[in-house]
Amino acid sequence: MGRIVLEKVKKSFSEVTVIPPLDLEIEDGEFVVFVGPSGCGKSTLLRLIAGLEDVTDGTIRIDGNDATSIPPAKRGLAMVFQSYALYPHMSVRKNIAFPLKMAKMDQAEINRRVENAASVLNLTDYLDRRPGQLSGGQRQRVAIGRAIVREPAAFLFDEPLSNLDAALRVGMRMEISELHKKLDTTMIYVTHDQVEAMTMADKIVVLRAGNIEQVGSPLELYREPRNLFVAGFIGSPKMNLIEGAEAAKHGAHTIGIRPEHIDVVEAAGEGVWSGVVGVSEHLGSDTFFHIHETGLAETITVRADGEVSLKHGDTIHLKPRADVIHRFDAEGLRQS
Amino acid sequence: MATQHSRSAARLMMAPAVVLLLGWMLVPLSMTLWFSFRKFLPLRGGDQGFVGFDNYVRFISSSSFWPAVQTTLVIVLGVLIITIVFGVLLAMLLDQPIWGQGIVRILIIAPFFVMPTVSALVWKNIFMDPVNGLLAHLWRAFGADPVVWLTDVPVYSIVMILSWQWLPFATLILLTAIQSLDGEQLEASEMDGAGFLSRFIYIILPHLSRAITIVILIQTIFLLSIFAEIFVTTGGAFGTRTLTYLIFQRVLESQNVGLGSAGGVYAIILANIVAIFLMRIVGKNLDA
Repeated sequence: MGRIVLEKVKKSFSEVTVIPPLDLEIEDGEFVVFVGPSGCGKSTLLRLIAGLEDVTDGTIRIDGNDATSIPPAKRGLAMVFQSYALYPHMSVRKNIAFPLKMAKMDQAEINRRVENAASVLNLTDYLDRRPGQLSGGQRQRVAIGRAIVREPAAFLFDEPLSNLDAALRVGMRMEISELHKKLDTTMIYVTHDQVEAMTMADKIVVLRAGNIEQVGSPLELYREPRNLFVAGFIGSPKMNLIEGAEAAKHGAHTIGIRPEHIDVVEAAGEGVWSGVVGVSEHLGSDTFFHIHETGLAETITVRADGEVSLKHGDTIHLKPRADVIHRFDAEGLRQS
Repeated sequence: MATQHSRSAARLMMAPAVVLLLGWMLVPLSMTLWFSFRKFLPLRGGDQGFVGFDNYVRFISSSSFWPAVQTTLVIVLGVLIITIVFGVLLAMLLDQPIWGQGIVRILIIAPFFVMPTVSALVWKNIFMDPVNGLLAHLWRAFGADPVVWLTDVPVYSIVMILSWQWLPFATLILLTAIQSLDGEQLEASEMDGAGFLSRFIYIILPHLSRAITIVILIQTIFLLSIFAEIFVTTGGAFGTRTLTYLIFQRVLESQNVGLGSAGGVYAIILANIVAIFLMRIVGKNLDA
């Protein structure tokens, strides 16, 4: 079981408040992703839950029990670090067995669990190697192995994929999601990469400067961002944000339209924007055009079919889909 | 450095340094070897020709040889154990964030900058003097009879002086090693349920093993050749004669260059045996 509840949790480093009082509920078995730009306090929040940092004020409950002042090892949580934090002088087997050895578990039981974890993570052939002899992805799996043998109430991941190259990252993303389905344990995952958040999470927590901007499923955040920050942060490429007269037409201070919700049309007309094509990014299936001189914003990004061929400097006509325009007021909050 | 031309140019430019170093090493070595086979008593008839292995046999069969070897080993091992145990503890202490860290570190390292002769004199006269020494005053303050350090426990006194000198060095090397320990490893072990002692045994000590071997290697090389500390304090009396000191006595006090040179050759052999062992250990440790 792993239901984690934060009640008015606050963290200050001497004078600086990193996390103002914050409430959050994480249900058992959920895959929660904390996402936000660097320095937004997401890692600090994870470390507070882990117990590696002391909370300044507030309560952390794990499965209903007050865990605020329980030492990290006794909280029943396992953590995977960004640098993997493997013990370099121990073999993979000893690394994975370390938490069990510290728990003074029976040797036969240790062996059984290590073998089990190794087979789940495809590490059986590497058990007698040192971490230094493994590739980045394998080290990552050892770190996960060390976490799963403890059969914790929840897993904490602190940007675990940021040291891997792009291709490996996609693979490990799948593996972690797969592992979550298999173990059905609560996982809390910290990342600055919104693609990781969107693809893995059951629930995303968007953080900015220690504040929770929005909590919701990936599609809720995509479809109904609560404010401009979430609108700009979730989705790739970023949502186009337009202010001024065009926004006033929709009765809003700012309107947002995602690149995939704008159609390229043949001719100018009512409600059609025109501009000049700047940089085009050809992905094969899709092409992203960066449009200038629309009179709306500095650049408008548009997704078009990969077959649309327009060159740098061509004139383009765009028609936004009226039903998916997001409207925000002067404070940046969503108007519904 | 790929082409034939640049390679020979490099050799040419390295030549002066290589020749100088070789000369520096080879000339004294061959002179020592040369004298060790001759009967050479500068004040009693000078160089009196070859005597074969006579000097070697006499040096080793002398009643002071084995005690000198034993003293050397006791001093080297004693200083190594003290400096490494206390060095690790001090390094861990200094790694903690404290107020005035910079000054404390400089103070800890200061003894290393004191010349051996000076530190030996300071210890002998200020600390260990049985009448006016600080330690004697301390003993008397508790109503005990002052220890006559350099007469009653001369070898341990010298071990103490040397440890005081070399502790800063060990601390410094071990401190830099401890600072390079990845903080996430300690946090990971904390989450894995390791208490302070387990963290020390399983994480910190293995991380320090390389630095410890380096400290052992470097200190052994220097400790085998200590001289000033013995010369200034006991003058080799009361069983504090090390191999180095014995050679000094043979050459300068007995004025027997041949016998001393033979002792020098033994010392070279001994140092090389130690070096081979250490290189093996260090080599194994540095590979890992």
